[in-house]
Amino acid sequence: MSEQANVTIGDVRRVAELANLELTPEEEPRMQRDLSAILGHISQLNELDTENIPPMAQVGEILGGIVLENGETLRADVVRPSVDRAAVMASAPESDGRFFFKVPKVIER
Amino acid sequence: MESGSFTIESVRSAIAAGETTATAMAELHYGHIEAKDSQINSFLALSRERALSQAEKIDAMAAKGEVLPVLAGVPVGIKDVLTMQGAPATAGSLILKGYRPPYDATTVTKLEAAGAVLLGKLNCDEFAMGSSNENSAYGHVLNPKALDRVPGGSSGGSAAAVAAKFAVATLGTDTGGSIRQPAAFCGVVGVLPTYGRVSRYGLIAFASSLDRVGPFTRNVKDAATVLQVLAGQDHMDATSSDRPVDDYVSALNRPVEGLRIGVPEEYFGEGLDPEIRGAIETVLDGLKAAKCVVKPVSLPHTKYAIPTYYVIATAEASSNLSRFDGVRFGLRDAEAKTLSEMYRRTRDAGFGAEVKRRILLGTYSLSAGYYDAYYKKAQQVRTLLTRDFLAAFNEVDVLVAPVTPTPAFKLGEKTDDPLQMYLEDIYSVAASLAGVCGISVPCGETKGGLPIGVQLIGKHFDEATMLRVAQAVECQQQ
Repeated sequence: MSEQANVTIGDVRRVAELANLELTPEEEPRMQRDLSAILGHISQLNELDTENIPPMAQVGEILGGIVLENGETLRADVVRPSVDRAAVMASAPESDGRFFFKVPKVIER
Repeated sequence: MESGSFTIESVRSAIAAGETTATAMAELHYGHIEAKDSQINSFLALSRERALSQAEKIDAMAAKGEVLPVLAGVPVGIKDVLTMQGAPATAGSLILKGYRPPYDATTVTKLEAAGAVLLGKLNCDEFAMGSSNENSAYGHVLNPKALDRVPGGSSGGSAAAVAAKFAVATLGTDTGGSIRQPAAFCGVVGVLPTYGRVSRYGLIAFASSLDRVGPFTRNVKDAATVLQVLAGQDHMDATSSDRPVDDYVSALNRPVEGLRIGVPEEYFGEGLDPEIRGAIETVLDGLKAAKCVVKPVSLPHTKYAIPTYYVIATAEASSNLSRFDGVRFGLRDAEAKTLSEMYRRTRDAGFGAEVKRRILLGTYSLSAGYYDAYYKKAQQVRTLLTRDFLAAFNEVDVLVAPVTPTPAFKLGEKTDDPLQMYLEDIYSVAASLAGVCGISVPCGETKGGLPIGVQLIGKHFDEATMLRVAQAVECQQQ
């Protein structure tokens, strides 16, 4: 079958920290196993020679369609109605009721 | 009139002729949902007030004898990753429990402007990540054609609602197969428009270079009708195309004689269920009888599509889902003492296992030291995969292929091994990466009564030709 990549629990923790996820001790070994299997499968890509192949981020690039040299397909830079601020703030878990979202303190001791 | 026999045109013309009203149509479908959906679990929220207000508008127009818009009175459901102002949008996740968006998705606006009656929001895999609708935080969805089986995913609710006749059409989304696969599993039509053909404004993003919005319907003509309403450039989505929109409905009945049909050999190898293979061979025989030219083609990089997809989609997802942090909307961990604790605890509580897995995979691929080996490599392979399609479309007009390697599997059958679940997407992800259009059309059943779908893949922006062939395939089923 496919090879397993050597993902350690340390790798899982490092990546979880980057992703702002806090896994429980029960979740970690499962995630290690799954990531190893999936990354092992993904390593097949190394079989291909991609020496002079341009990376493709957007379908439009390869079609020569959406080329934003002169901004032709961007909308005009004019002020238009946007979302209603009060409606947006109403969704906030905690706010000052007007403009600011409230969060726990940023600076940790 | 039994709700199963409704098409878009039959609903609209019955209302125009005074045989029924949009209000009666809406109530009939809500009644059906109330009676049967506790079993299927396709709807997460109903939008009765909005639906009945729209129905009233349509009825007033009909009473005055005004010309009714193309989707007048047609009951439609919306996948819960698309925003409807004031209605809940959960994306199938706990992290958006209680969230009500302050705006409509462009596709929602367009459907309503065309007269559609929006019944409510449909269940889906969390953040559109899944192939079975078993990853929703709000319960799994059952396949109306076989209640011990999955409807497919991630647009499981959207496919099931059409199959169960809770709606005449629904909107779903497809990132790696999430319209085509549930359409095949549930025995309905599902369209994957070309990337950029339909606006993504108001779609809660999973993978921005892959996500597409598209319709589920019970027949090809309805699919073409809905696609016509949805297609077109939207200045709120900078990735939407300014290419003019073809007339999809007129194109449908043009004969398919002389069209070149490609059969990609890589899609018919080991692992394809023999009953599915047989059904597709019958479709190809029918197209030959209709005087299409059927020829083998090769998409040589097909086997690399799954690993490419799972690097790119998860990398984009890890970026897109970073906005769910408890600050501005949705779930927030109330116990956290510091901001970073709040981020971590909110996300840990709010995201399910599959979402976490994909975020971690994506973060890994993008992290320092791994970016070139994984993400950049995958983007280069994406170019190779796209070139495969462009080369094939120099020889043929439409490709015919399976949608899935198997018919609908049983609930719980693939949940232990994520990689096994990912391999279900084997015939759908290459088209997703290349940006081309696709459709799943029902083409029979297994001996056990499970629906089988055939996938047609068309050139970029050539939905018209693809739909024409789809119509021919559908006619042959009758």
